Amino acid sequence: MLNTAGNKGRLALGAAVVGVALALSGCAQGDPLSPDEGSGSTDTIVVGSQAYYSNEIVAEIYAQALENAGYDVERSFQIGQRDAYIPALEGGEVDVFPEYTGNLLQYYAPDTTATQTDEVYAALADALPDGLAVLAQSSASDQDSYTVTQEFADANSLSSIGDLANVDGVVLGGPPELEERPYGPAGLESVYGVTVSFEATGDTTFDALVEGVVNVANIYTADPRIQTSGLVTLDDPEGLFLASNVVPLVNADLAEELAAVLDPISAALTAEGLVALNVQSVEDQLSSAQIATEWLTANGFVS
Amino acid sequence: MGPKGPLAHAGGVVMTLFFDAFAWILANLGPAGEGELWTRIGEHVLYSLVSVAIAAAIAIPAGYLIGHTGRGREIAVAISGAARALPSFGLILFFVLLLGTFGVGLGVRVAAGSYIAFVILAIPSILAGAYAGLEAIDRSTISAARAIGMTEWQILRKVEVPLGLPLLIGGLRSATLQVVATATLAAYVNLGGLGFDIIQGLPLRRYDQMLGAALLVVALAFALDALFGLAAQITERVIPDGRSAPRPRQHRAGPKWSRASSAGTPAHN
Repeated sequence: MLNTAGNKGRLALGAAVVGVALALSGCAQGDPLSPDEGSGSTDTIVVGSQAYYSNEIVAEIYAQALENAGYDVERSFQIGQRDAYIPALEGGEVDVFPEYTGNLLQYYAPDTTATQTDEVYAALADALPDGLAVLAQSSASDQDSYTVTQEFADANSLSSIGDLANVDGVVLGGPPELEERPYGPAGLESVYGVTVSFEATGDTTFDALVEGVVNVANIYTADPRIQTSGLVTLDDPEGLFLASNVVPLVNADLAEELAAVLDPISAALTAEGLVALNVQSVEDQLSSAQIATEWLTANGFVS
Repeated sequence: MGPKGPLAHAGGVVMTLFFDAFAWILANLGPAGEGELWTRIGEHVLYSLVSVAIAAAIAIPAGYLIGHTGRGREIAVAISGAARALPSFGLILFFVLLLGTFGVGLGVRVAAGSYIAFVILAIPSILAGAYAGLEAIDRSTISAARAIGMTEWQILRKVEVPLGLPLLIGGLRSATLQVVATATLAAYVNLGGLGFDIIQGLPLRRYDQMLGAALLVVALAFALDALFGLAAQITERVIPDGRSAPRPRQHRAGPKWSRASSAGTPAHN
């Protein structure tokens, strides 16, 4: 549900823009596709999100926190993948976007060697173009992992990825591209000395793990099924996976004032907290707005 | 930077893309690819042909029954029309989930889900080809067969099936094309096929691989279409024309010269 007050503000702004546009239409050659009209005011903050439910929940938390701090917020959710929304951020059409440090770094610096959380965050600050900035990162991460069932972990006494080296005939399942990723079978071999055979289980990866078609699965750490099905995510002490913490990506001009509102949010968002948010969406079928309001209330940002 | 326009630049980019795609195909079909691409092509052909064969086994008898009796056409049109509108990807995942609730193993589930989705996709065209082939036969031909004492079974076997063959082949042809194009979805559930290289290439931004695999799907479709075209030509030659299409009207009295002008051309007016 859209916030009514925000709506009115937007309507007034829209009316003003239309009025100005009408007044100018006699002398100016207006470009109807020009994105800037209407978002020039710093009073309206445009918050975007990926077409990924977990990302939308975080975006909704940012949006409600900003509304609470007195900003007019326009939501531009479900924009899609990075190739689609990064140009919108660079062009100034979107001001705030929940991002993931590792994946975002890989977008701007595909050859990066940084994998640990702090290295990645530092490298990201350098890699971003001038118009964009990241605020403080949260400890919550949503990144690739190698996950096993509790039984398989117990049977082979596994806690870290390296422990797999003692297990014969390990079958790894994941999306088709995992076969070619640096952290795929080749990375397992070179970093941990673990040899695996690969199955491109794609959209059935979770079922394949639970049913024993594969022993190890590439699942996102914030996937609620890790919690609900009692799976075990193996530790990654050598940093095989790129750390990917939740971080607000913002318009650099607004970074300072937005930090005042969003940094406390990032500090309060923990790894377990993010999984809990996802569980509410997947298991309880709550809307992202409801989940965000509850989280903000529970964490004392809204009374 | 030369004085090239944006269009010329785009043309150059497209040319490079296609060049890279062909290079990818050649490299992977050769010994360097370790035969993996051949396996994908084989899987793709297997899924397509098995699906069309199962669909044919269901749709041809049903279509003949409709065409011969002239009953049930409306229902068949309605059902097959609705089936055409079902999204194949959704169907695959639906059956994988549905069979999962019955405790069927994952391997069986994904295979069954994919085949069911492809078969449902292929049935409408084949069904339409089968009954339309029978309907297109000149009613007087059927009456003649009945008049010389053929049983209904003989009429179907000796008159209707051969005369309806060209339209049935047309139905099989379009069903095969649709399934070849859709079998790319099998890779989403670990069944491989040429869709694997497309789906794998997308997140890795390997455009040569994606376009190369897509071109192979197109090439496969053309090759199978050419085979069906050949089959259609052969049947046209072998089977006497008993449909309502024009035939030389020797039995009609008329000046000799009018025959020559109307013999080969369609006589609708």
